[in-house]
Amino acid sequence: MNIAANNPARNTKVMNRFDLTSRLVAKLNDEEAVIGGIGNTNFDLWAAGHRPQNFYMLGSMGLAFPIALGVALAQPNRRVFALEGDGSLLMQLGSLTTIATLAPDNLTMVVMDNGVYQITGAQPTPAAAVADIVAIAVASGLSNSTWAADEEDFERLIDQSMSASGPTLIGVRIDDKPGTGTTRRDPVQIRERFMHGMGVRELL
Amino acid sequence: MAVAEENTSPEASEKSWHGVVLQTLKRNDIRLVPYVPDRVLTTLIRNLHADPFFTTFPTAREEEAVGIVSGAWMGGMRGAVLMQTSGFATLANILASLAVPYQIPLIMFVSERGTLGEFNYGQSLVCRTMRPVLDSLAMEHHTATRLDEFEFIVDRSIKQAITTQAPVALILSPLLTGGKVFDK
Repeated sequence: MNIAANNPARNTKVMNRFDLTSRLVAKLNDEEAVIGGIGNTNFDLWAAGHRPQNFYMLGSMGLAFPIALGVALAQPNRRVFALEGDGSLLMQLGSLTTIATLAPDNLTMVVMDNGVYQITGAQPTPAAAVADIVAIAVASGLSNSTWAADEEDFERLIDQSMSASGPTLIGVRIDDKPGTGTTRRDPVQIRERFMHGMGVRELL
Repeated sequence: MAVAEENTSPEASEKSWHGVVLQTLKRNDIRLVPYVPDRVLTTLIRNLHADPFFTTFPTAREEEAVGIVSGAWMGGMRGAVLMQTSGFATLANILASLAVPYQIPLIMFVSERGTLGEFNYGQSLVCRTMRPVLDSLAMEHHTATRLDEFEFIVDRSIKQAITTQAPVALILSPLLTGGKVFDK
């Protein structure tokens, strides 16, 4: 995305949300939880292949990381991934400090950064031209925060996070393409299936 | 009332409103208690931190705390959120898009400011938005004013939230807590 081209992470490759989400999902083999943030982020998670351990947000912009933190605290032996857009994260920057303080080692956060509110018409975010989200994360106390240089680097960082001794945040520069699928908007079923996927509930 | 609030010995806290909250949370296996602090909640927060049963910590915003306990609930861990009236006023969007439609038994304790001796006009205005928001979403809420009823209200409300998978707001009136007064 051109708007992001002037910020300090300009040496990172511009990738694609659906491709990266598919790469992540392909790696999952231990019933890992994945929390998909509002809009395109969870649409692409849905499109990458539904699994009962996926939770799709249909609102509450900015809460993917806090929800994932809750899951990670409740189930310290399960790896929890959270996928969030840059615009969403800007709504809850404070949550980075909470996560840094609690420091769960089973939490991996991915920020899909295209510098725009793609779903509302691709308006630039206030951060797009001036801020570096990974630097914000580091300054919030999440020392294990890194931009992924390219797809291979993204996969490497995901693998590395699985055995990290604290929470991991991975920034990825993405293009301005819309989401690939559309999540079925049935909140109760999403929640019930997710709880089943977490081993907390039997389905009726 | 201020004297009772400051008394933190375990024996006395059994008889204080904050002692009732702590014991009732524990009895209902509610371990995770994120909060945005309030003067009235100070003793409760201190006692929660002192008790290893609880995982309790501050969050930057009330929304964040709601997200955390919602995630924890789905992972099998029960939680409750502590806040004050003005914090509740930031929650309409996520009550309407997360707690209510996903049927999450979100348990909220709201220390009530803005009434019965409020000294800040803005607080009294924001207080008036609270019950209309709760009512507009048909959310269960109770205003606790008396210590002799308090344990019943808290215990039954927690159990109802969990069994009906519906959020509940327990509003802690200055009649119960003493509230915050001008000279504090």
